[in-house]
Amino acid sequence: MVATALTDLWHGFGVALQPSNLLWCFVGVLVGNLVGVLPGLGVMATISILLPLTFGMAPVPALLMLAGIYYGAQYGGAICSILLNLPCHPPHAVTCLDGFPLTQQGKGGTALGITMIAAIVGASFGIIEMIFFAPALVHVAQQFGPADICALMLLGLIAGATLAKGSALKGAAMTVLGLLLGLAGTDIETGSTRFTFGQIQLRDGIEIVALALGLFGIAEFIKSVNRIAPIDLSRAKVRLADMRPSKADLRRAAFPIIRGTLIGSLCALIPGTGPAIASFVSYATEKKISRTPERFGHGAIEGVACPEASTHSAVQGDFIPTMSLGIPGDAVMALLLGALVIQGITPGPRLINEHPDLFWGLIASFWIGNILLVILNVPLIGLWINLLRVPYRVLYPSALFFICIGVYSTNTSLFEVGETLVIGLVGYLLLRLGFHPAPILLGFVLGPRFEEYLRRALIISKGDFLVFVERPISLLFLTLCGLLIAAQIYMALRPRRSSIPSPTIS
Amino acid sequence: MSMVLKRRDLYAGLLMVFVGIGTVLQARVYEIGTLTHMGPGFLPQILGVILVLLGVCIGFAAPHEAVAETGLAIPGETTREAFDLRGGLAIASGVFAFIVLGAYAGLVPATFACVFIAALGDRSGTWKGALLLAAVVTVAGCVLFVYVFKIFFPLFRW
Repeated sequence: MVATALTDLWHGFGVALQPSNLLWCFVGVLVGNLVGVLPGLGVMATISILLPLTFGMAPVPALLMLAGIYYGAQYGGAICSILLNLPCHPPHAVTCLDGFPLTQQGKGGTALGITMIAAIVGASFGIIEMIFFAPALVHVAQQFGPADICALMLLGLIAGATLAKGSALKGAAMTVLGLLLGLAGTDIETGSTRFTFGQIQLRDGIEIVALALGLFGIAEFIKSVNRIAPIDLSRAKVRLADMRPSKADLRRAAFPIIRGTLIGSLCALIPGTGPAIASFVSYATEKKISRTPERFGHGAIEGVACPEASTHSAVQGDFIPTMSLGIPGDAVMALLLGALVIQGITPGPRLINEHPDLFWGLIASFWIGNILLVILNVPLIGLWINLLRVPYRVLYPSALFFICIGVYSTNTSLFEVGETLVIGLVGYLLLRLGFHPAPILLGFVLGPRFEEYLRRALIISKGDFLVFVERPISLLFLTLCGLLIAAQIYMALRPRRSSIPSPTIS
Repeated sequence: MSMVLKRRDLYAGLLMVFVGIGTVLQARVYEIGTLTHMGPGFLPQILGVILVLLGVCIGFAAPHEAVAETGLAIPGETTREAFDLRGGLAIASGVFAFIVLGAYAGLVPATFACVFIAALGDRSGTWKGALLLAAVVTVAGCVLFVYVFKIFFPLFRW
């Protein structure tokens, strides 16, 4: 098993090192690194703007590039948090707590150096986890029938809805809304159109690019305009020599890095808990087990090392359920799955065997991309910091144009630009009411497939719902669903303690 | 929990109830089918009912403090500031201008108007700055998308 994995990986390196694939991987991590630094332009918006441009590409380079944006942005996000105290990316928000005090003490360079080490350790572990775990998961998943897959999707949806940020009820409502949006358009099975309101353009359903750019582009811009303050760059000067951590720092960071990596890789396997949760959990854990918890928040190097390692390991591990089962863990993965579907690739347990180039090429590109990022980051930090001088008033109108033309180019249709505008305005309303839009995308991507498998399961069982509890695998997933919901209800009804480890940034 | 937040959750719940009812009403048009052969209306109706129930729960949970939060406060995620009318209006009108001008006047005027109008939404910007930005993005964007990416979009339509 190890031998086959290594041969496959060798094959993957052959794919990823092809000049064109390597080039697109490089473009992806570079763009990702850039948007990771820029506040106000998120990973979701960037991937969806670039998504239409990948339609003309082969599936492998397209996926390598889009994935590169995601993990590349994690490197940029850390720079922002440590040097500028700007939590531009949720997973790195917690890094601000100790990263910025270190910068104030003139040790920002050390913090960045430790971050790089934590990143490469975390990412490597996440990739190794994927190499061995994904094929094993596929092996198990091959025995799944439609009812089991249906129950698994339900588990993914409930986990995504309840474990993500904010209120679980609101998350669930957004998931249902996403499922409904996913059902709009022509029903494949019966051919009748649903929720099109007589619009011919809606017969093919809502365009995923329009949905993603409405929610994560236009709605975000409306929320952030006139709110992003000019950034004080006076402290953000780092020389290359400063980035070499001392032996004492390294010793202090070593175990937190390992603990963070393990927490991150665990979080990656639980659907719905992405890198953001992983980094918070690992920071809280590290603070709890530390012998000197009072140092945290005042520039403890462990407080940087642990969450960063867990973020990077969770980011790579995020791809495991997505690539092996076709169940995305969060909105970014949902978007990447959408990109695969557009490329004509059916996500699911058969993907690894049917498209070994894609899967193993992706894994190999993770190694290459992460190494590129570490090499790139060292000389480029100065450049990225200078890019922060680009004010938001220049950034958002330009990005708005890219959104318009990006959506238009998907199907050369201005109607879809209008769709994006409507979705953006509704998305802003939802944001105002305290809803998080990420579960919408999750539901949207899984909606049609959920209906398809539900239908199949019920045809096989001749309309008997008991099929879901009679099959052991599906029963297991449904039990987990029940436990998740019960845990949420318990948390809601329990008298609230004020000492919940919830790191907030003042 | 402050008064504002309570009311916010009440509105949030109400909105979900309305969307849910609307979904069920619309989905009644489609056939439900039987369990063995699910019709197109089957899942939407169920989801609509679930959405109504969730909306009721969100609304009822609002007066109590015990809304099930995961306890992970993520900075920069609060949405309690007042709505910035100028910014929001400019962004929405910018996209709207892109659609209208794109359909009747071509890519160049559409891009220029979109960027210019959107840039006016920023309170720290000036007319001249917005004009300059619009001009730069128009030239660069049109060259990039029409000549490099070869997207079908006439530069001018008469």
